[in-house]
This record gives sequence, structure tokens and C-alpha cells, in this order.
Amino acid sequence: MSRSSQPMGKRPRLNLRRQDTIAAWTFLAPNLAGFSVFMLFAVAMSLWLAFQEWDLLTPARFVGLANFRKILTGDPHFWRVMGNTVYFAVGLVPLCIATSLGLAVALNRAIKGISFYRAAFYLPSVTATIGISVIWTWLLNPEYGLINYALSWLGFTDLPQWLYSTTWAKPALIAMRVWQQSGYYMLMFLAGLQTIPDHLYEAAEVDGAGRWSKFRHITLPLLSPTTFLVSVLLIIDSFNIFESVYMMTQGGPGGSTETILYYIYTNGFQLFRMGYASALAWVLFVIIFTLTLVQFWAQRKWVHYE
Amino acid sequence: MNRTRVARILGNGLAYLLLTAGALLVILPFLWTVSSSLKTPAQLHAWPPEWIPRPVMWSNYVRAWTLLPFDRFLLNSIVLSIVIPLIQIALAATAAYAFARLQFRGRDALFLLYLGTMMIPGHVTLIPNFLIVKWLGWVNTYQALIIPPLFRGSMVFGTFLLRQYFLTIPHELEDAARIDGCSRWGTFWRIILPNSKPALATMAIIAFKTEWNTFLWPLVTINDYRKMPIQVGLSYFKSAADTQWEVVLAGTTIALIPIILVFLFGQRYFLKGMVHSGFGGK
Repeated sequence: MSRSSQPMGKRPRLNLRRQDTIAAWTFLAPNLAGFSVFMLFAVAMSLWLAFQEWDLLTPARFVGLANFRKILTGDPHFWRVMGNTVYFAVGLVPLCIATSLGLAVALNRAIKGISFYRAAFYLPSVTATIGISVIWTWLLNPEYGLINYALSWLGFTDLPQWLYSTTWAKPALIAMRVWQQSGYYMLMFLAGLQTIPDHLYEAAEVDGAGRWSKFRHITLPLLSPTTFLVSVLLIIDSFNIFESVYMMTQGGPGGSTETILYYIYTNGFQLFRMGYASALAWVLFVIIFTLTLVQFWAQRKWVHYE
Repeated sequence: MNRTRVARILGNGLAYLLLTAGALLVILPFLWTVSSSLKTPAQLHAWPPEWIPRPVMWSNYVRAWTLLPFDRFLLNSIVLSIVIPLIQIALAATAAYAFARLQFRGRDALFLLYLGTMMIPGHVTLIPNFLIVKWLGWVNTYQALIIPPLFRGSMVFGTFLLRQYFLTIPHELEDAARIDGCSRWGTFWRIILPNSKPALATMAIIAFKTEWNTFLWPLVTINDYRKMPIQVGLSYFKSAADTQWEVVLAGTTIALIPIILVFLFGQRYFLKGMVHSGFGGK
């Protein structure tokens, strides 16, 4: 339809497509040029690096699969940081889904002040993790922190040393992340809740369904596409924890909070093992990619699309 | 009927209780930070904790400022958070226009390939991009801070968002201009862009937030205080101020205020980006 209303007479019609092609490549050139260097070339280079040994001082040396073999069989530290990372994911994903879904359900009704609550919950996810990490380091201070004060006020004694404890540092980081990110995922759930038609609930009420059974049989199934999306994003997120670890624990105490991304950073930028760090980056990529594929495969069993 | 009304009122009451408790949990740490940043060391370590600083120590902010050059950190971040989004929008909008409106061979395949780069996580390109920057002699320069970060996944996403938006603009508007002899560039500039303000604003504010909060890339490319953006500056500051928590928290407050202000004033664009795309702010 639009083709038929192209300018008539001024320029020969045959040339229109050519003109479009030239215009298109002119419009695309700066964008694609940058991506070719800092994305495509960088990916190719990262692949090349993964098969080298290179400390930036002596020339790079091709080592075949040695980096990958070392990661999988000769580096106990890798399994340690993978264990920590999985711990974070296992803690974060369900907790974050539970709090953000809870907040969304509480917020999804006609009450006053909705926009205030929505803004308040969303705020921490907008602010930088670096600043939030400083705030939480202070909150978690075992002697003067607000959190231990609140716990002692509630009657707890023998309070945790949080970031100084190999047992409590990981839960503390998870708590911070749940606090920071729940508002963001709450908004996604809220958008999902608003697509569920009211008449379904009304029909269920006529049939005598209670609050819980409505939630269980209407809300949860119809919300499952959102839940799926949120869990995919959360898993990616929890495998990419870096800034809070860098700021709050530097991987400690005793390596108990060191994540895979932090390990890539120390290998690349403190030990200058460019090849080994690149190989680690690819291993992480493969893990995240596989987890995402598995989730897409598993969704057929539990996600309901209308 | 009456029973359902009672149930509804009870439900709303319960929801209010939960929401208010949640909101307090979110807001108190921020207020606590500001309050702590204005205390004397003695009051900071008081037990039980006190909320109101007495006396109010504005000098903590002066101490933070003299310890490290926060004015430079802030200035750098403000410039970067405006310049990078502006260039990104220019690059994303022109590409989106080509993908949405122009006919050329291989367009859809190219678009798919372009979108596919969104799957590449930042940690894969971090080391090679650092090496590229090193070869170019850009370590510790503003080029390093501006140019590679333009081409992140968020720009691919911005291009996608704008393309989808451009597709909703009626062809008739453009065709009328074309009949009047307007060039492709002219229709893009005079018809498409002015009709896409909400989408452009959404992309701008999300990109601003990303740049303001960016950390890892400047951390590895910059070690000169005069060129550091605020988050990296804050991380250096945290080690420099060490255990003087009142000063540490004063610096943190300085770093947080701008983005909180932007959020309060640009809230609806954040929400729009979020709801329309499902990924806003990532």
C-alpha cells in the first residue's frame, strides 16, 4: 500500500529500491561498524584467547584445550566458586520470586497510595549496587549495625557476625540482593497480574472459591508466563553477581563469597591470566546458556499460554 | 454479599499492613545512611542507635570532598551519562529506521543477527575489549569510557524498542512528506523522530541509569582520579576513608542523590520502559 504512494514523476520508480538500499546502509553504518569491533571482533578474540596462555608480558602461546582441561579437572578453586555461585542462585531465585510476587499481589488492588508504594519498592533497583553495598556493609556491621540492633531488640542473642562469618556472609549477600531487586520483579508481576481478566475471579467466587483457591487455580497458572520470564532473568542475574562481592567481602571470608564472575575478574585483571580468564568466561557463558535452554524446555510442563 | 465486603476490607487492611512494612524496610536504610552521614563518630557508635544527628555534622561532607575529588567524579559521571545515551540514541534511531522502514536485501537476516548479539554476556567481551583499548592506547582516556560502552547489549535492545515503535507510526504520514519531495533523511528527522518522543525518552532515561551505575568497565580501564566516574570513585573512596563510617556514608549519599532525583522526576518513563518492554532498566 505504501509502495503505491511513492513520489510520482519526480524520480524514476526503478531507482527507488536502490535509493533505499543506499540510505539503509548509510543509516546502519555507524552502528554496525561499532558492533563489528566491540562485539563481533571481541567475541572472536575472546574465543582465540581461550586457547592461549598469555600474561601480557611474554608473547601469547597456543595451549590447545589446556585452559578448559584445567578448569574442569585441575582447579579446585573453580568448583569452589561454582559452588558459591550455585548457592547464591538457589537462595536468590525462589526468595526473590516469593517477595516480588507477594508485593505484586498485595499491590494489585484498588487502594490509595499505590504509586507511592510502587515507587518505593522500585527505588533500590534503580540505585547503583556499589552505593547499596556500602549501605548494607554498614547495616550488617556486627557491633553498630541496624540489623543486629533490630535482632537484639526482637530478643535474639548471640548475633551473627554477617560479612565476617563464613556461614553468614552468603545469606547476608542474598538478603541484600532480594532487598534490592524485588521491586523490579514486582513490577513485572504486576504487569502480568493486570492481564488476568476479572470475570474469571467473579466466576470462581460464584462457585464458592476462597481466596487461596483463587490464587492457586487462577492467579498462579495465568501468571506462569511472567514467572517463567522472571526466573530466567533471575538465574542469569545470580550467575553475574560481582559488584556486591567486590565492595562488601572481596570474595571473603576465606573465599566463602567468591563468585564465578569475581574469579574471572581476579584472573584477568589481578593475575593477568588473559587466556585462562577468557576460558572461564566461555564456561560461564555455556552454563548460563544451558540453564536458559533447560528452562525453555521445562516451561512446556508448567507454563500456561492462552 | 456483606461477608464478601467484610473480607475485602480485611484483605485491603492486610495488604496495607504488608505494603507499609515493606516500604519502611526499603526506605529506612536510605534514611539511616543520611542520618549516619551527619553524625559525630561518638554518636555513630552509640548503642542503642540514635536516629537524629546531634550536632549535625555537615563537615563530614567537607571531609569526604577533601579526601577525594567528588566534584570530578560527579562531573565525569554527569557528562558520561548524558553523552553516551545521546550517541546511543542517535545510532539506535538511525539503525531502527533502516530496519523498520527501508527495503534492502538481507534486512531481516541482518536484524536477527543484530538481535542475536544481545545473547552475548558482557563478561565475554570484557577482556578482549580491554585489550583492544590497550592496543589503541586508550587506557585512562575518555575515549575508553565512551566508545566501547556505546555498543553494549542495551543499545541493541534500544534499537529493537525504537524499531517496534517506528512500526506503529502510520505510513501515510511519511508518504505525504515523500510526495512533497522530502528525502529519507528528511522524513526520519521531521516525521519519525518527532512522533517517537515517548520511546526516545524511555530509552534515554534507562541509558542514563545504566551509565550512572556502570562500574566494571571504568574500573578496569581508568585509574586516574580525574577521569573516574562516580561509582568507581566511590569504591576507591570507601578504601581511602576506611573505618571513618560517617565520612564513607557522606560520600555514598553524594553518589546516590543524583540518580534518586532522576528517578523521582522521570519515574513514569522508567515504568513505561519496564512495562512496555518487559526488560526496562536492564
